[in-house]
Amino acid sequence: MTPSLEDAIKDEGGRVLATLIRLTGDIGLAEDALQDAVMVALEKWPATGVPANPAAWLTTTARNRALDRIRRERSRDRKESEAMRLLDQEDVDPPDGNDDRLRLFFTCCHPALAAEARVALALRTIGGLTTTEIARAFLVPEATMGQRISRAKKKISTARIPYRIPDDHELPDRLSAVLSTLYVVFTAGHHAAEGRLDSRLDLAAEAIRLVRLLVELMPDEPEAGGLLALMLATHARRAARIDESGDQILLADQDRSRWDSDAIAEAAAIIDRVLRRGRPGPLQVQAAIATLHGLADSDEGTDWKQIVDLYRLLEPLAPGPVTRVNRAVAEAKVFGPEHGLSLLEGHEMERWHLYWSTRAELLRQSGATEEARVALEAALACEMNDSDRRLLTDRLNAVSRA
Amino acid sequence: MPTYAALIYTPAEAEGQGTPEEWAAVMADYNAFGEEAGAAGVIVGGEALEDTHTATTVHVKGGRGGEVVTTDGPFAETKEVLGGFYLLKCADLDEAIEWASKIPGAWHGKVEVRPVIDFSQGQ
Repeated sequence: MTPSLEDAIKDEGGRVLATLIRLTGDIGLAEDALQDAVMVALEKWPATGVPANPAAWLTTTARNRALDRIRRERSRDRKESEAMRLLDQEDVDPPDGNDDRLRLFFTCCHPALAAEARVALALRTIGGLTTTEIARAFLVPEATMGQRISRAKKKISTARIPYRIPDDHELPDRLSAVLSTLYVVFTAGHHAAEGRLDSRLDLAAEAIRLVRLLVELMPDEPEAGGLLALMLATHARRAARIDESGDQILLADQDRSRWDSDAIAEAAAIIDRVLRRGRPGPLQVQAAIATLHGLADSDEGTDWKQIVDLYRLLEPLAPGPVTRVNRAVAEAKVFGPEHGLSLLEGHEMERWHLYWSTRAELLRQSGATEEARVALEAALACEMNDSDRRLLTDRLNAVSRA
Repeated sequence: MPTYAALIYTPAEAEGQGTPEEWAAVMADYNAFGEEAGAAGVIVGGEALEDTHTATTVHVKGGRGGEVVTTDGPFAETKEVLGGFYLLKCADLDEAIEWASKIPGAWHGKVEVRPVIDFSQGQ
């Protein structure tokens, strides 16, 4: 069975683009040349059929188009001789594309680019989304997003951000820049589901797709696997975490029958595999925690003891208020609310509502209703989204009535 | 191979401060960098600048031919001042960043790395 034209182009496009970027040293030129080649394919393939190796065909055609473009723009582009040299010296071998695509991750997520530019560039160049789609997803005018992407591309070519897989000694830092970029995409997807960003594009699913590709390209990096498992375990709860009015439902109150058990099982399998490598990192541990929640049939049936152990393992790896508050919640489940409260002592975070709401909940459980009310008032004085505000207002009303 | 300007910004309060011994230690660090990067053929230029009290900022009001306005001091009064620069010939930004991280100014201040325009490539 021969693949359809559109499928062939979609499947091979990312690979071919990555190779073209290596050949031309210029993302913009590579995109334009690929676009040209796709136009030719759409014209020719219906008559001739899809070639046996569509990627090689597209690469060769795009490379020739790139050379044409360079010749045409010769007088205008001062970098052209460079690109010409690159295109001329390389024989076009049909791209297996794997190394090229991996290089592209590291280039698009280079620490010398602004975080928001990395996100946009990764979605555009690796994810194959259009500028319009990305702009809409982040509620940014298209012109702004277009400028953000073109500035980033210009910096890559002018400042010579290299197109290569980092050496071993740089890999940990550089990989963590890639992983955090992809995590930002995923989180944006969640915000969309909460009605805070446009949800026509499933950014969380896009992020999972990109991390899957990354794991395929770097199977030996346990943190990449950790990120995939974390996303899968979190995304598995998407149908249950928002109510009809768009408000968040707390983990304990979610209808677990609506969780995606296949995704949780996949997360569990990945976590088992990566943790066996004996190089635990913050993403692997967070994924293990999310997976344990996913495997539990109820809040009471959750293996809180093991979750406490995991938070104790996580804290030195990812210190900070979020870890501390989550750990306090878990420890309170096992050792009681007073113990949870003691873990919050000396970690006051005045302006963070989840610190105050956690404190309030632990105080309420330990019977200190009045103090709980005061903590909830402090929580409501912080910045937060409307959904959280409604939830905390309800709690304050409940505590005040008690 | 592109050339990068490594612009060295150090805390303004450090200007003209420090004992001769401290000054000598800083100079030794810079000399060490100069030797290492020089031996690698990376340095193609660079100068250290006198402190910002010696700076004069020039602006021609109304464009070419207009009134020449001079102001005592650097262009911007900031917490960190431009103290000098190197021109570094490097294969790519990663290499430039690696060399920049070895400039002593990056340890107690900041080094801005910017590609230099190569006009010979144009036209």
